[in-house]
Amino acid sequence: MGYTITEKILAKASGKKEISSGDNIWLNVDVLLTHDVCGPPTIEIWKKEFGESAKIWDINKVVIIPDHYIYTKNVQAKRNLELLNKFANEYNLTNFYPPFTEKYKGVCHITLAEEGLNIPGKVLFGTDSHTCTSGAFGMFSTGVGNTDAAFIMGTGKIWERVPESIKFIFENVLPEYLTAKDLILQVLNDITTDGATYKAMEFCGDTISVMNMEERMTLTNMAIEAGAINGIIEADEITLQYLKGKTNKNFEIFKSDSDAKYLKEYKYNSQIIEPRVAKPHSPDNGDTARNLTNQKITKSYIGSCTGGKITDFINAAKILIGKKVCVDTFIIPATKQVENGLQEKRIGGKTLKEIFIESGCFLAPPSCAACLGGPEDTTGRSIDGDIVISTTNRNFPGRMGSKKAEVYLASPLTVAASAINGRITDPRDFL
Amino acid sequence: MQQKIISRAFVLGDNIDTDQIIPAEYLVFSLTKKEEARLYGKYALTGIPVQESGLPKGNIPFIEEDKYVTLFDIVVAGKNFGCGSSREHAPFALKMAGVQAIVAESYARIFYRNSIDGGFIIPIESKIKLNDKIETGDLIEIDLVNMRINNICKTTNYGLKDLGVVKPIIEAGGIFNYAKKNKMI
Repeated sequence: MGYTITEKILAKASGKKEISSGDNIWLNVDVLLTHDVCGPPTIEIWKKEFGESAKIWDINKVVIIPDHYIYTKNVQAKRNLELLNKFANEYNLTNFYPPFTEKYKGVCHITLAEEGLNIPGKVLFGTDSHTCTSGAFGMFSTGVGNTDAAFIMGTGKIWERVPESIKFIFENVLPEYLTAKDLILQVLNDITTDGATYKAMEFCGDTISVMNMEERMTLTNMAIEAGAINGIIEADEITLQYLKGKTNKNFEIFKSDSDAKYLKEYKYNSQIIEPRVAKPHSPDNGDTARNLTNQKITKSYIGSCTGGKITDFINAAKILIGKKVCVDTFIIPATKQVENGLQEKRIGGKTLKEIFIESGCFLAPPSCAACLGGPEDTTGRSIDGDIVISTTNRNFPGRMGSKKAEVYLASPLTVAASAINGRITDPRDFL
Repeated sequence: MQQKIISRAFVLGDNIDTDQIIPAEYLVFSLTKKEEARLYGKYALTGIPVQESGLPKGNIPFIEEDKYVTLFDIVVAGKNFGCGSSREHAPFALKMAGVQAIVAESYARIFYRNSIDGGFIIPIESKIKLNDKIETGDLIEIDLVNMRINNICKTTNYGLKDLGVVKPIIEAGGIFNYAKKNKMI
């Protein structure tokens, strides 16, 4: 009987030869990630439980990436950033990326990738539900709360249930009007927001084999939207190319056995999927962009760990070049590197930044920003009556600010096309 | 762990995500400074659209204005309770509001873990859908020995699922107490 990639990684991390789905096992953690919202309470719990002389199990394995509430005047948010500064200085943390310094990066999940901290075969826990993003690198990664994170910080260990796996196979070349976001919205539509609760979602097929790492991250990023414990894609040549020069750590590449057991398998022909939209107020409330073509919008938003990577902005710029947006459109790069990329990447001789400015978009510095609403003065935050179309990951009531706003989720292509028309638009109308 | 919990029920729908349990704008508050921590109770469940707050009628505030603690110590909900973000502030907010137990058809993983490992509240799974059988304000008794839920107002009762492998952690009061008890730390 074979094993899935998730089972193999967990078996290794638990030191067991054999494990089976449903087992509760103790894992040795390779990386612990936290940020400005959950870092301070995690540190408080860790100090309380292990005492004032508490020791971090391994300072090289704790990564703190402030990203949530950065460009705000909110005093408590500022205080949280200060607490992290103090902690990182006290313990000489090297993997710390403080705002308003040269080291600041932006959204934690994309920073992990850029900094070479996502490594195949390793185990990553983070105090953010989208920690599952890192599974695109063939590693086990999942979100936990502050207490679990504090436990890991002191011991390097945590319990976890070995999940059953569900396999999602995508076949054929992705047409130019589709992105990974359309694929994952299609999956969410089909399996719903609890369709993979406590399960591993494994993505494969020849569509994925040629996908770049950023697009793969969009798939694994939204595994949590189906309730999954992790999303995962086997590491391959594209992964190794991405990692080149980013890490000198040794790692092992795990692959699922051909006779591994899956709870279920879903097979998609990527050629016949349509540009997808998730309607308010749930990521599984799916429809096609075409069917929603009369739906007016008041705001559009391109950013976040899901839809704020350079590939996302290249896609948006392809649509926006030479056109004007007719609703407020926010461009919020996930990280500094992406922000720099906006000035380097060109389409038709123009930089992405020039294209966005000429089309009338607002550009803001990297952070999570209005993906999760945030303090009142957050850029792009929704207000009562807003109808937003966004490249982000969630559209539950109040997610982007006002609970009297509606949020539609879509790909960067669809969001850009909709911004031009002021109503939901199939990107094929502009390609 | 107590054997029985008796209180009025506050009834909610399916897919109550963590933004509805505690909206993200409040996550800036300290969880340990008393004056700030109690705000989590005040703002618990304020992200629920008013028409869905306290089913079946809706429009029922979970906490009265100017109060920090609810009159409803038991939350009854549908499937996938606590989906969305990893914020431990969600079960913490419910605890600060005075909630002792949640009875839902199913839970999202991180919320479930946080409730148990942090020792905040007991997340109990019902055997069948209950948010269409219990009304907000009904007097409810949860029997944790026999795993039954009794609706004292309607004299009906239903089975609850066993707490399973996480029961020792719940009984210990969280993962740290559990680990200390078992000499793991």
